[in-house]
Amino acid sequence: MSNHRTIDEIEKEIVEEFSLFDSWDDKYEYIIDLGKKLLPLGDKYKIDENRVRGCQSTVYLVADYKDARLPAHNGTDENDAVGQGKVFYKAESDAVIVKGLISMLIRVLSGQTPDEIIEAKLNFIREIGMMTHLAQTRSNGLLAMVKQMKNYALAYKIKNETLVKQS
Amino acid sequence: MIESVTIQNTLDVYAIRRQFPVLNREVKGKSLVYLDNAATSQKPQVVIDALVNYYSNYNANIHRGIHTLAEEATLAFENTRDAVQQFINAESREQIIFTRGTTEGINLVAYTWGRQNIKAGDEIIISTMEHHSNIVPWQILCEENGATLKIIPISDEGELLMNEYEKLVSPKTKLVSIVHVSNALGTVNPVKQMIDVAHKAGAVVLVDGAQSAVHLDIDVLEMDCDFFVFSSHKLYGPTGVGVLYGKKHLLESMPVFNGGGEMIKEVTFEKTTYNELPYKYEAGTPNIADTIALKTALDFIHKTGKEKIRRHEEELLAYVTVQLEQIPGLKIIGKAKEKVSVVSFVIDGIHPQDIGILLDNRGIAVRTGHHCAQPLMNRFGITGTVRASFAVYNTKEEIDELIIGLQKAIKMLS
Repeated sequence: MSNHRTIDEIEKEIVEEFSLFDSWDDKYEYIIDLGKKLLPLGDKYKIDENRVRGCQSTVYLVADYKDARLPAHNGTDENDAVGQGKVFYKAESDAVIVKGLISMLIRVLSGQTPDEIIEAKLNFIREIGMMTHLAQTRSNGLLAMVKQMKNYALAYKIKNETLVKQS
Repeated sequence: MIESVTIQNTLDVYAIRRQFPVLNREVKGKSLVYLDNAATSQKPQVVIDALVNYYSNYNANIHRGIHTLAEEATLAFENTRDAVQQFINAESREQIIFTRGTTEGINLVAYTWGRQNIKAGDEIIISTMEHHSNIVPWQILCEENGATLKIIPISDEGELLMNEYEKLVSPKTKLVSIVHVSNALGTVNPVKQMIDVAHKAGAVVLVDGAQSAVHLDIDVLEMDCDFFVFSSHKLYGPTGVGVLYGKKHLLESMPVFNGGGEMIKEVTFEKTTYNELPYKYEAGTPNIADTIALKTALDFIHKTGKEKIRRHEEELLAYVTVQLEQIPGLKIIGKAKEKVSVVSFVIDGIHPQDIGILLDNRGIAVRTGHHCAQPLMNRFGITGTVRASFAVYNTKEEIDELIIGLQKAIKMLS
Protein backbone atom coordinates (compact mmCIF):
# COMPACT_ATOMS: atom_id res chain seq x y z
CA MET A 1 0.00 0.00 0.00
CA SER A 2 2.77 2.38 0.93
CA ASN A 3 4.77 1.68 -2.22
CA HIS A 4 2.83 4.31 -4.11
CA ARG A 5 5.22 6.67 -5.86
CA THR A 6 4.49 10.19 -6.92
CA ILE A 7 4.71 11.48 -10.47
CA ASP A 8 7.91 13.37 -9.53
CA GLU A 9 9.52 10.25 -8.16
CA ILE A 10 8.76 8.19 -11.24
CA GLU A 11 9.94 10.99 -13.55
CA LYS A 12 13.25 11.17 -11.66
CA GLU A 13 13.62 7.41 -11.96
CA ILE A 14 13.20 7.58 -15.74
CA VAL A 15 15.65 10.48 -16.05
CA GLU A 16 18.21 8.46 -14.05
CA GLU A 17 17.68 5.41 -16.25
CA PHE A 18 18.28 7.50 -19.36
CA SER A 19 21.42 9.08 -17.90
CA LEU A 20 23.07 5.68 -18.24
CA PHE A 21 22.85 5.74 -22.03
CA ASP A 22 25.86 7.06 -23.94
CA SER A 23 24.29 7.48 -27.33
CA TRP A 24 21.03 8.33 -29.03
CA ASP A 25 20.98 4.86 -30.53
CA ASP A 26 21.00 3.39 -27.02
CA LYS A 27 18.14 5.66 -25.97
CA TYR A 28 16.11 4.67 -28.98
CA GLU A 29 16.93 0.98 -28.52
CA TYR A 30 15.50 1.26 -25.02
CA ILE A 31 12.38 3.15 -26.13
CA ILE A 32 11.81 0.64 -28.94
CA ASP A 33 12.16 -2.16 -26.42
CA LEU A 34 9.57 -0.50 -24.16
CA GLY A 35 7.32 -0.11 -27.17
CA LYS A 36 7.59 -3.76 -28.07
CA LYS A 37 6.80 -4.75 -24.49
CA LEU A 38 3.75 -2.50 -24.15
CA LEU A 39 0.73 -4.73 -23.62
CA PRO A 40 -1.52 -4.66 -26.65
CA LEU A 41 -4.85 -2.98 -26.30
CA GLY A 42 -7.76 -5.32 -26.98
CA ASP A 43 -9.43 -4.88 -30.35
CA LYS A 44 -12.67 -3.84 -28.62
CA TYR A 45 -10.91 -0.67 -27.48
CA LYS A 46 -9.65 0.21 -30.94
CA ILE A 47 -12.66 2.25 -31.87
CA ASP A 48 -12.94 5.79 -33.18
CA GLU A 49 -14.07 7.03 -29.77
CA ASN A 50 -10.69 6.09 -28.28
CA ARG A 51 -8.63 7.25 -31.24
CA VAL A 52 -6.23 10.13 -30.79
CA ARG A 53 -5.54 11.33 -34.28
CA GLY A 54 -2.07 12.17 -35.46
CA CYS A 55 -0.92 12.96 -38.95
CA GLN A 56 1.34 9.92 -39.27
CA SER A 57 0.69 7.42 -36.52
CA THR A 58 -2.42 6.64 -34.56
CA VAL A 59 -2.82 6.28 -30.80
CA TYR A 60 -5.71 4.56 -29.03
CA LEU A 61 -6.16 5.66 -25.42
CA VAL A 62 -8.50 4.27 -22.76
CA ALA A 63 -8.91 5.65 -19.24
CA ASP A 64 -10.54 4.11 -16.21
CA TYR A 65 -11.31 5.75 -12.87
CA LYS A 66 -11.67 3.89 -9.59
CA ASP A 67 -14.18 5.84 -7.59
CA ALA A 68 -12.82 6.39 -4.08
CA ARG A 69 -16.24 6.33 -2.45
CA LEU A 70 -17.29 3.01 -3.87
CA PRO A 71 -16.22 -0.31 -2.39
CA ALA A 72 -13.45 -2.11 -4.24
CA HIS A 73 -14.98 -4.17 -6.97
CA ASN A 74 -13.63 -6.98 -9.08
CA GLY A 75 -12.16 -4.54 -11.48
CA THR A 76 -9.74 -4.94 -14.26
CA ASP A 77 -6.72 -3.68 -12.41
CA GLU A 78 -4.70 -5.84 -10.09
CA ASN A 79 -4.07 -3.06 -7.57
CA ASP A 80 -7.76 -2.45 -7.30
CA ALA A 81 -7.75 -1.84 -3.58
CA VAL A 82 -5.01 0.81 -3.66
CA GLY A 83 -6.26 2.14 -6.95
CA GLN A 84 -9.27 3.84 -5.49
CA GLY A 85 -9.62 7.48 -6.44
CA LYS A 86 -7.06 7.08 -9.19
CA VAL A 87 -6.98 7.09 -12.97
CA PHE A 88 -5.64 4.16 -14.97
CA TYR A 89 -4.64 4.37 -18.59
CA LYS A 90 -4.09 1.90 -21.36
CA ALA A 91 -2.89 2.87 -24.81
CA GLU A 92 -1.40 1.59 -28.04
CA SER A 93 0.00 2.95 -31.28
CA ASP A 94 0.87 1.56 -34.68
CA ALA A 95 4.38 3.06 -34.47
CA VAL A 96 6.80 1.43 -32.05
CA ILE A 97 8.78 4.50 -30.93
CA VAL A 98 5.52 6.27 -30.10
CA LYS A 99 4.51 3.10 -28.25
CA GLY A 100 7.70 3.31 -26.19
CA LEU A 101 6.99 6.91 -25.28
CA ILE A 102 3.40 5.97 -24.44
CA SER A 103 4.72 3.27 -22.17
CA MET A 104 6.69 5.87 -20.21
CA LEU A 105 3.72 8.24 -20.00
CA ILE A 106 1.56 5.45 -18.66
CA ARG A 107 4.26 4.53 -16.15
CA VAL A 108 4.25 8.14 -14.90
CA LEU A 109 0.55 9.01 -14.99
CA SER A 110 -1.36 5.77 -14.55
CA GLY A 111 -2.46 5.14 -10.97
CA GLN A 112 -2.28 8.81 -9.97
CA THR A 113 -5.12 11.00 -8.77
CA PRO A 114 -6.89 13.32 -11.23
CA ASP A 115 -5.38 16.38 -9.48
CA GLU A 116 -1.84 15.05 -9.75
CA ILE A 117 -2.31 14.20 -13.42
CA ILE A 118 -3.73 17.63 -14.23
CA GLU A 119 -0.78 19.33 -12.51
CA ALA A 120 1.92 17.06 -14.00
CA LYS A 121 4.53 19.05 -15.93
CA LEU A 122 6.11 15.95 -17.47
CA ASN A 123 9.54 17.58 -17.53
CA PHE A 124 11.19 14.18 -17.89
CA ILE A 125 10.36 14.15 -21.59
CA ARG A 126 12.57 17.17 -22.16
CA GLU A 127 15.22 15.93 -19.77
CA ILE A 128 15.65 12.65 -21.62
CA GLY A 129 15.88 14.56 -24.90
CA MET A 130 12.59 13.40 -26.36
CA MET A 131 10.91 16.79 -26.49
CA THR A 132 10.93 16.81 -30.29
CA HIS A 133 8.41 14.00 -30.21
CA LEU A 134 5.97 16.24 -28.42
CA ALA A 135 6.51 19.09 -30.86
CA GLN A 136 3.74 19.98 -33.27
CA THR A 137 5.92 19.09 -36.22
CA ARG A 138 6.03 15.44 -35.33
CA SER A 139 2.29 15.23 -35.70
CA ASN A 140 2.38 11.76 -34.26
CA GLY A 141 -0.54 12.00 -31.93
CA LEU A 142 1.64 11.93 -28.82
CA LEU A 143 1.03 15.56 -27.94
CA ALA A 144 -2.68 15.01 -28.50
CA MET A 145 -2.43 11.94 -26.30
CA VAL A 146 -0.94 13.84 -23.37
CA LYS A 147 -3.73 16.39 -23.71
CA GLN A 148 -6.28 13.61 -23.84
CA MET A 149 -4.83 11.96 -20.71
CA LYS A 150 -5.20 15.25 -18.88
CA ASN A 151 -8.69 15.76 -20.27
CA TYR A 152 -9.75 12.41 -18.85
CA ALA A 153 -8.30 13.35 -15.44
CA LEU A 154 -10.14 16.66 -15.55
CA ALA A 155 -13.40 14.95 -16.52
CA TYR A 156 -13.09 12.52 -13.61
CA LYS A 157 -12.26 15.35 -11.23
CA ILE A 158 -15.36 17.31 -12.27
CA LYS A 159 -17.53 14.21 -12.15
CA ASN A 160 -16.16 13.39 -8.70
CA GLU A 161 -16.83 16.87 -7.37
CA THR A 162 -20.39 16.78 -8.72
CA LEU A 163 -21.00 13.42 -7.05
CA VAL A 164 -19.56 14.66 -3.73
CA LYS A 165 -21.86 17.69 -3.83
CA GLN A 166 -24.87 15.52 -4.57
CA SER A 167 -24.25 13.05 -1.72
CA MET B 1 38.22 18.54 -77.49
CA ILE B 2 36.82 15.28 -76.20
CA GLU B 3 37.90 16.20 -72.69
CA SER B 4 36.12 19.52 -72.71
CA VAL B 5 32.93 17.89 -73.99
CA THR B 6 33.06 15.43 -71.08
CA ILE B 7 33.47 18.23 -68.60
CA GLN B 8 30.53 20.10 -70.06
CA ASN B 9 28.23 17.12 -69.99
CA THR B 10 28.76 16.01 -66.44
CA LEU B 11 27.88 17.81 -63.32
CA ASP B 12 30.51 18.56 -60.69
CA VAL B 13 28.28 17.73 -57.77
CA TYR B 14 30.91 18.72 -55.21
CA ALA B 15 31.22 22.18 -56.75
CA ILE B 16 27.43 22.41 -56.70
CA ARG B 17 27.32 21.38 -53.04
CA ARG B 18 29.66 24.21 -52.11
CA GLN B 19 27.01 26.63 -53.35
CA PHE B 20 24.47 25.39 -50.77
CA PRO B 21 25.53 26.57 -47.30
CA VAL B 22 23.01 24.45 -45.38
CA LEU B 23 24.69 21.29 -46.65
CA ASN B 24 27.64 22.07 -44.38
CA ARG B 25 25.63 21.73 -41.22
CA GLU B 26 25.43 18.80 -38.89
CA VAL B 27 22.33 17.13 -37.53
CA LYS B 28 22.61 14.98 -34.40
CA GLY B 29 26.38 15.12 -34.74
CA LYS B 30 26.33 13.79 -38.32
CA SER B 31 26.69 15.55 -41.66
CA LEU B 32 23.26 16.46 -42.97
CA VAL B 33 21.97 14.15 -45.71
CA TYR B 34 19.04 16.04 -47.16
CA LEU B 35 16.70 13.76 -49.10
CA ASP B 36 13.44 15.66 -48.70
CA ASN B 37 13.70 17.71 -51.86
CA ALA B 38 10.19 16.94 -53.08
CA ALA B 39 8.94 18.78 -50.00
CA THR B 40 11.29 21.70 -50.52
CA SER B 41 14.75 22.09 -51.99
CA GLN B 42 17.64 23.85 -50.29
CA LYS B 43 18.72 27.28 -51.53
CA PRO B 44 22.03 28.18 -53.17
CA GLN B 45 24.05 31.09 -51.78
CA VAL B 46 23.12 33.25 -54.78
CA VAL B 47 19.43 33.02 -53.87
CA ILE B 48 20.14 33.87 -50.23
CA ASP B 49 22.33 36.77 -51.43
CA ALA B 50 19.54 38.05 -53.67
CA LEU B 51 17.22 38.25 -50.67
CA VAL B 52 19.80 40.01 -48.52
CA ASN B 53 20.72 42.34 -51.36
CA TYR B 54 17.10 43.40 -51.86
CA TYR B 55 16.57 44.19 -48.19
CA SER B 56 20.01 45.78 -47.83
CA ASN B 57 19.95 47.97 -50.91
CA TYR B 58 16.61 48.58 -52.59
CA ASN B 59 13.71 47.52 -50.38
CA ALA B 60 10.69 49.52 -51.56
CA ASN B 61 7.09 48.96 -52.47
CA ILE B 62 6.74 48.31 -56.15
CA HIS B 63 4.77 49.77 -59.06
CA ARG B 64 3.69 52.97 -57.33
CA GLY B 65 6.77 54.86 -56.20
CA ILE B 66 8.60 57.26 -58.47
CA HIS B 67 11.73 57.20 -56.34
CA THR B 68 14.85 55.28 -57.29
CA LEU B 69 14.43 52.41 -54.81
CA ALA B 70 10.86 51.76 -55.96
CA GLU B 71 12.00 51.77 -59.56
CA GLU B 72 14.81 49.32 -58.87
CA ALA B 73 12.54 47.02 -56.90
CA THR B 74 9.82 47.15 -59.56
CA LEU B 75 12.33 46.41 -62.30
CA ALA B 76 13.76 43.42 -60.42
CA PHE B 77 10.28 42.12 -59.58
CA GLU B 78 9.12 42.39 -63.18
CA ASN B 79 12.37 40.82 -64.42
CA THR B 80 11.30 37.67 -62.60
CA ARG B 81 8.07 37.69 -64.58
CA ASP B 82 10.10 37.72 -67.80
CA ALA B 83 12.36 34.96 -66.50
CA VAL B 84 9.35 32.79 -65.60
CA GLN B 85 7.81 33.46 -69.00
CA GLN B 86 10.97 32.09 -70.61
CA PHE B 87 11.25 29.25 -68.10
CA ILE B 88 7.86 27.81 -69.11
CA ASN B 89 7.76 29.28 -72.64
CA ALA B 90 4.58 31.30 -72.15
CA GLU B 91 3.29 33.56 -74.96
CA SER B 92 3.36 36.73 -72.94
CA ARG B 93 4.52 38.09 -69.60
CA GLU B 94 0.96 39.13 -68.64
CA GLN B 95 0.05 35.47 -68.37
CA ILE B 96 2.44 34.96 -65.46
CA ILE B 97 0.55 35.56 -62.21
CA PHE B 98 2.51 35.48 -58.98
CA THR B 99 0.84 33.55 -56.17
CA ARG B 100 1.93 32.25 -52.77
CA GLY B 101 2.47 28.81 -54.23
CA THR B 102 0.96 25.93 -56.15
CA THR B 103 -1.90 25.50 -53.69
CA GLU B 104 -2.95 29.11 -54.02
CA GLY B 105 -2.71 28.87 -57.80
CA ILE B 106 -5.14 25.93 -57.87
CA ASN B 107 -7.48 27.64 -55.43
CA LEU B 108 -7.38 30.80 -57.49
CA VAL B 109 -8.55 28.90 -60.55
CA ALA B 110 -11.19 26.98 -58.54
CA TYR B 111 -12.64 30.13 -56.99
CA THR B 112 -12.62 32.24 -60.15
CA TRP B 113 -12.78 30.21 -63.35
CA GLY B 114 -14.36 27.29 -61.49
CA ARG B 115 -17.21 29.24 -59.95
CA GLN B 116 -17.90 30.98 -63.21
CA ASN B 117 -17.86 27.88 -65.39
CA ILE B 118 -18.68 24.75 -63.40
CA LYS B 119 -22.39 24.11 -63.04
CA ALA B 120 -24.61 21.35 -61.64
CA GLY B 121 -24.22 18.15 -63.62
CA ASP B 122 -20.76 19.08 -64.87
CA GLU B 123 -17.79 16.84 -64.22
CA ILE B 124 -14.25 17.53 -63.07
CA ILE B 125 -11.62 14.84 -63.64
CA ILE B 126 -8.64 14.39 -61.36
CA SER B 127 -6.52 11.30 -60.66
CA THR B 128 -5.90 8.89 -57.81
CA MET B 129 -2.39 10.29 -57.35
CA GLU B 130 -3.32 13.92 -56.70
CA HIS B 131 -1.92 15.93 -53.79
CA HIS B 132 -4.66 17.10 -51.43
CA SER B 133 -4.14 20.58 -52.91
CA ASN B 134 -5.50 19.31 -56.20
CA ILE B 135 -8.41 17.46 -54.60
CA VAL B 136 -9.89 19.67 -51.90
CA PRO B 137 -10.46 22.88 -53.94
CA TRP B 138 -12.43 20.84 -56.50
CA GLN B 139 -14.37 19.01 -53.81
CA ILE B 140 -15.40 22.35 -52.33
CA LEU B 141 -16.44 23.56 -55.77
CA CYS B 142 -18.42 20.37 -56.49
CA GLU B 143 -20.24 20.65 -53.17
CA GLU B 144 -21.14 24.24 -53.93
CA ASN B 145 -22.17 23.83 -57.54
CA GLY B 146 -23.50 20.28 -57.68
CA ALA B 147 -20.77 19.10 -60.03
CA THR B 148 -19.16 15.66 -59.79
CA LEU B 149 -15.54 14.71 -59.24
CA LYS B 150 -14.33 11.80 -61.38
CA ILE B 151 -11.16 9.95 -60.51
CA ILE B 152 -8.71 8.38 -62.98
CA PRO B 153 -7.58 5.02 -61.56
CA ILE B 154 -3.94 3.91 -61.56
CA SER B 155 -2.07 0.65 -62.02
CA ASP B 156 -0.11 -1.19 -59.33
CA GLU B 157 3.02 0.36 -60.83
CA GLY B 158 1.60 3.81 -60.14
CA GLU B 159 0.75 4.80 -63.71
CA LEU B 160 -2.52 6.36 -64.83
CA LEU B 161 -4.82 3.97 -66.67
CA MET B 162 -5.12 5.98 -69.85
CA ASN B 163 -7.92 3.90 -71.35
CA GLU B 164 -9.95 4.52 -68.19
CA TYR B 165 -9.19 8.23 -68.47
CA GLU B 166 -10.44 8.30 -72.04
CA LYS B 167 -13.64 6.61 -70.90
CA LEU B 168 -14.17 9.23 -68.20
CA VAL B 169 -13.87 12.17 -70.57
CA SER B 170 -17.25 13.17 -71.96
CA PRO B 171 -19.15 16.29 -73.01
CA LYS B 172 -19.97 16.70 -69.30
CA THR B 173 -16.25 17.12 -68.54
CA LYS B 174 -15.55 20.79 -67.95
CA LEU B 175 -12.13 20.48 -66.34
CA VAL B 176 -9.28 18.01 -66.09
CA SER B 177 -6.92 18.94 -63.25
CA ILE B 178 -3.94 16.65 -63.29
CA VAL B 179 -0.62 16.39 -61.52
CA HIS B 180 2.33 16.47 -63.93
CA VAL B 181 4.61 14.50 -61.59
CA SER B 182 3.36 12.63 -58.51
CA ASN B 183 4.92 13.90 -55.29
CA ALA B 184 4.52 10.53 -53.60
CA LEU B 185 5.44 8.17 -56.45
CA GLY B 186 7.57 10.22 -58.81
CA THR B 187 5.43 9.14 -61.79
CA VAL B 188 5.57 11.46 -64.80
CA ASN B 189 2.10 11.63 -66.34
CA PRO B 190 1.56 11.91 -70.12
CA VAL B 191 -0.02 15.34 -69.81
CA LYS B 192 0.25 16.33 -73.45
CA GLN B 193 -1.70 13.27 -74.54
CA MET B 194 -4.25 13.89 -71.76
CA ILE B 195 -4.68 17.52 -72.76
CA ASP B 196 -5.40 16.51 -76.36
CA VAL B 197 -8.12 14.12 -75.20
CA ALA B 198 -9.65 16.74 -72.88
CA HIS B 199 -9.58 19.50 -75.48
CA LYS B 200 -11.37 17.32 -78.02
CA ALA B 201 -14.20 17.08 -75.50
CA GLY B 202 -14.12 20.82 -74.94
CA ALA B 203 -12.68 20.62 -71.42
CA VAL B 204 -10.13 22.95 -69.86
CA VAL B 205 -6.95 21.45 -68.37
CA LEU B 206 -4.97 22.56 -65.33
CA VAL B 207 -1.56 20.98 -64.86
CA ASP B 208 -0.14 20.87 -61.33
CA GLY B 209 3.57 21.40 -61.92
CA ALA B 210 4.65 21.54 -58.28
CA GLN B 211 7.00 18.58 -58.74
CA SER B 212 7.67 18.76 -62.46
CA ALA B 213 8.93 22.33 -62.89
CA VAL B 214 12.29 21.57 -61.28
CA HIS B 215 12.92 18.30 -63.13
CA LEU B 216 11.33 18.55 -66.59
CA ASP B 217 11.52 21.06 -69.41
CA ILE B 218 8.27 22.96 -69.23
CA ASP B 219 6.79 24.29 -72.45
CA VAL B 220 3.22 25.41 -71.83
CA LEU B 221 2.72 26.25 -75.51
CA GLU B 222 3.71 22.82 -76.73
CA MET B 223 1.84 21.16 -73.86
CA ASP B 224 -1.17 23.35 -74.70
CA CYS B 225 -2.38 23.34 -71.10
CA ASP B 226 -4.91 26.00 -70.11
CA PHE B 227 -3.44 26.54 -66.66
CA PHE B 228 -0.06 25.58 -65.22
CA VAL B 229 0.85 26.10 -61.56
CA PHE B 230 4.09 25.65 -59.63
CA SER B 231 6.03 26.85 -56.59
CA SER B 232 9.37 28.59 -56.29
CA HIS B 233 10.55 26.76 -53.18
CA LYS B 234 10.78 23.37 -54.85
CA LEU B 235 13.14 24.71 -57.52
CA TYR B 236 15.86 26.21 -55.33
CA GLY B 237 13.94 29.45 -54.87
CA PRO B 238 12.45 31.03 -51.75
CA THR B 239 9.23 29.92 -50.08
CA GLY B 240 6.04 31.93 -50.37
CA VAL B 241 6.07 32.48 -54.12
CA GLY B 242 4.36 30.51 -56.82
CA VAL B 243 3.25 30.99 -60.38
CA LEU B 244 -0.05 30.60 -62.14
CA TYR B 245 0.14 30.55 -65.91
CA GLY B 246 -3.12 30.73 -67.82
CA LYS B 247 -4.24 31.15 -71.40
CA LYS B 248 -4.94 34.80 -71.99
CA HIS B 249 -8.63 34.56 -72.90
CA LEU B 250 -9.27 32.55 -69.71
CA LEU B 251 -7.35 34.92 -67.43
CA GLU B 252 -9.10 37.90 -68.98
CA SER B 253 -12.59 36.49 -68.61
CA MET B 254 -12.19 35.16 -65.08
CA PRO B 255 -13.46 37.21 -62.14
CA VAL B 256 -11.08 38.68 -59.57
CA PHE B 257 -9.85 36.40 -56.79
CA ASN B 258 -10.78 37.85 -53.41
CA GLY B 259 -8.73 36.58 -50.53
CA GLY B 260 -11.34 36.92 -47.83
CA GLY B 261 -13.58 39.23 -45.86
CA GLU B 262 -10.83 40.96 -44.00
CA MET B 263 -8.90 41.69 -47.13
CA ILE B 264 -11.70 42.97 -49.31
CA LYS B 265 -11.14 46.63 -48.51
CA GLU B 266 -7.51 46.43 -49.43
CA VAL B 267 -8.17 44.36 -52.49
CA THR B 268 -10.79 46.81 -53.65
CA PHE B 269 -8.41 49.67 -53.03
CA GLU B 270 -5.70 47.94 -55.03
CA LYS B 271 -8.06 46.92 -57.78
CA THR B 272 -8.76 50.50 -58.72
CA THR B 273 -5.09 50.79 -59.54
CA TYR B 274 -4.40 47.35 -61.02
CA ASN B 275 -7.24 45.91 -62.97
CA GLU B 276 -5.35 44.51 -65.95
CA LEU B 277 -3.44 41.30 -66.33
CA PRO B 278 -1.42 40.22 -64.45
CA TYR B 279 -2.16 42.71 -61.66
CA LYS B 280 -5.83 41.82 -61.64
CA TYR B 281 -4.85 38.77 -59.61
CA GLU B 282 -2.04 40.32 -57.61
CA ALA B 283 -3.93 42.47 -55.13
CA GLY B 284 -1.99 43.88 -52.22
CA THR B 285 1.74 44.25 -51.82
CA PRO B 286 3.22 41.07 -53.24
CA ASN B 287 6.05 39.01 -51.84
CA ILE B 288 8.65 41.26 -53.47
CA ALA B 289 11.91 39.90 -52.06
CA ASP B 290 11.11 36.25 -52.65
CA THR B 291 9.77 36.92 -56.13
CA ILE B 292 12.98 38.75 -57.03
CA ALA B 293 15.07 35.87 -55.69
CA LEU B 294 13.02 33.39 -57.71
CA LYS B 295 14.71 34.77 -60.81
CA THR B 296 18.09 34.04 -59.24
CA ALA B 297 16.96 30.45 -58.66
CA LEU B 298 15.86 30.12 -62.29
CA ASP B 299 19.22 31.56 -63.37
CA PHE B 300 20.95 28.98 -61.16
CA ILE B 301 19.04 26.14 -62.85
CA HIS B 302 19.72 27.59 -66.30
CA LYS B 303 23.41 28.07 -65.60
CA THR B 304 23.80 24.60 -64.13
CA GLY B 305 21.87 23.13 -67.04
CA LYS B 306 18.53 21.41 -66.63
CA GLU B 307 19.58 18.52 -68.84
CA LYS B 308 22.72 17.96 -66.76
CA ILE B 309 20.73 18.14 -63.54
CA ARG B 310 18.24 15.64 -64.93
CA ARG B 311 20.92 13.17 -65.96
CA HIS B 312 22.51 13.45 -62.52
CA GLU B 313 19.19 12.86 -60.77
CA GLU B 314 18.38 9.93 -63.08
CA GLU B 315 21.67 8.32 -62.09
CA LEU B 316 20.85 8.79 -58.42
CA LEU B 317 17.37 7.31 -58.88
CA ALA B 318 18.75 4.27 -60.69
CA TYR B 319 21.42 3.82 -58.00
CA VAL B 320 19.05 4.11 -55.03
CA THR B 321 16.45 1.85 -56.64
CA VAL B 322 18.95 -0.99 -57.10
CA GLN B 323 20.18 -0.58 -53.51
CA LEU B 324 16.72 -0.46 -51.98
CA GLU B 325 15.54 -3.52 -53.87
CA GLN B 326 18.23 -5.56 -52.13
CA ILE B 327 16.78 -4.87 -48.69
CA PRO B 328 14.59 -7.80 -47.60
CA GLY B 329 10.97 -6.87 -46.84
CA LEU B 330 11.27 -3.52 -48.60
CA LYS B 331 8.73 -2.71 -51.29
CA ILE B 332 9.01 0.28 -53.59
CA ILE B 333 5.67 2.02 -54.10
CA GLY B 334 5.58 3.54 -57.57
CA LYS B 335 7.46 1.79 -60.35
CA ALA B 336 6.37 3.84 -63.32
CA LYS B 337 8.50 3.71 -66.45
CA GLU B 338 8.70 7.50 -66.49
CA LYS B 339 9.81 8.73 -63.09
CA VAL B 340 11.65 11.65 -61.58
CA SER B 341 14.09 11.28 -58.70
CA VAL B 342 11.57 10.34 -56.03
CA VAL B 343 11.46 6.93 -54.39
CA SER B 344 8.74 5.87 -51.98
CA PHE B 345 8.81 2.60 -50.08
CA VAL B 346 7.37 0.56 -47.24
CA ILE B 347 9.02 -2.11 -45.12
CA ASP B 348 7.15 -5.18 -43.84
CA GLY B 349 5.97 -4.80 -40.27
CA ILE B 350 7.64 -1.43 -39.68
CA HIS B 351 5.86 1.92 -39.40
CA PRO B 352 7.34 4.58 -41.73
CA GLN B 353 7.46 7.07 -38.87
CA ASP B 354 9.82 4.84 -36.88
CA ILE B 355 12.15 4.69 -39.89
CA GLY B 356 11.97 8.48 -40.24
CA ILE B 357 12.86 9.08 -36.59
CA LEU B 358 15.82 6.71 -36.68
CA LEU B 359 17.13 8.14 -39.97
CA ASP B 360 16.86 11.65 -38.55
CA ASN B 361 18.92 10.39 -35.63
CA ARG B 362 21.69 9.79 -38.18
CA GLY B 363 21.26 13.19 -39.80
CA ILE B 364 19.28 11.83 -42.75
CA ALA B 365 16.21 13.84 -43.70
CA VAL B 366 13.49 11.89 -45.49
CA ARG B 367 9.74 12.33 -45.47
CA THR B 368 7.38 9.80 -43.94
CA GLY B 369 3.60 9.62 -43.89
CA HIS B 370 0.89 9.97 -46.46
CA HIS B 371 2.55 12.87 -48.37
CA CYS B 372 -0.77 14.74 -48.50
CA ALA B 373 -2.06 12.06 -50.83
CA GLN B 374 -4.27 9.91 -48.61
CA PRO B 375 -6.49 8.59 -51.44
CA LEU B 376 -3.32 7.37 -53.15
CA MET B 377 -2.16 5.62 -49.97
CA ASN B 378 -5.61 3.98 -49.72
CA ARG B 379 -5.22 2.76 -53.30
CA PHE B 380 -2.11 0.86 -52.24
CA GLY B 381 -3.70 -0.27 -48.96
CA ILE B 382 -1.10 1.53 -46.84
CA THR B 383 -1.20 4.48 -44.44
CA GLY B 384 2.09 5.97 -45.53
CA THR B 385 5.53 5.46 -47.01
CA VAL B 386 9.10 6.55 -46.47
CA ARG B 387 10.06 8.88 -49.31
CA ALA B 388 13.53 9.90 -50.38
CA SER B 389 13.71 12.57 -53.07
CA PHE B 390 16.86 13.80 -54.77
CA ALA B 391 18.12 17.11 -56.06
CA VAL B 392 21.10 18.47 -57.99
CA TYR B 393 23.37 18.42 -54.91
CA ASN B 394 22.76 14.85 -53.74
CA THR B 395 25.46 12.22 -54.13
CA LYS B 396 25.81 8.46 -54.31
CA GLU B 397 27.68 8.63 -50.99
CA GLU B 398 24.53 10.08 -49.44
CA ILE B 399 22.51 7.20 -50.85
CA ASP B 400 25.03 4.82 -49.26
CA GLU B 401 24.40 6.63 -45.96
CA LEU B 402 20.66 6.20 -46.46
CA ILE B 403 21.05 2.48 -47.08
CA ILE B 404 23.27 2.01 -44.02
CA GLY B 405 20.81 4.04 -41.95
CA LEU B 406 17.91 1.96 -43.19
CA GLN B 407 19.64 -1.32 -42.46
CA LYS B 408 20.47 -0.14 -38.96
CA ALA B 409 16.90 1.10 -38.36
CA ILE B 410 15.39 -2.15 -39.60
CA LYS B 411 17.69 -4.08 -37.27
CA MET B 412 16.64 -1.94 -34.31
CA LEU B 413 12.95 -2.13 -35.10
CA SER B 414 12.58 -5.81 -35.97
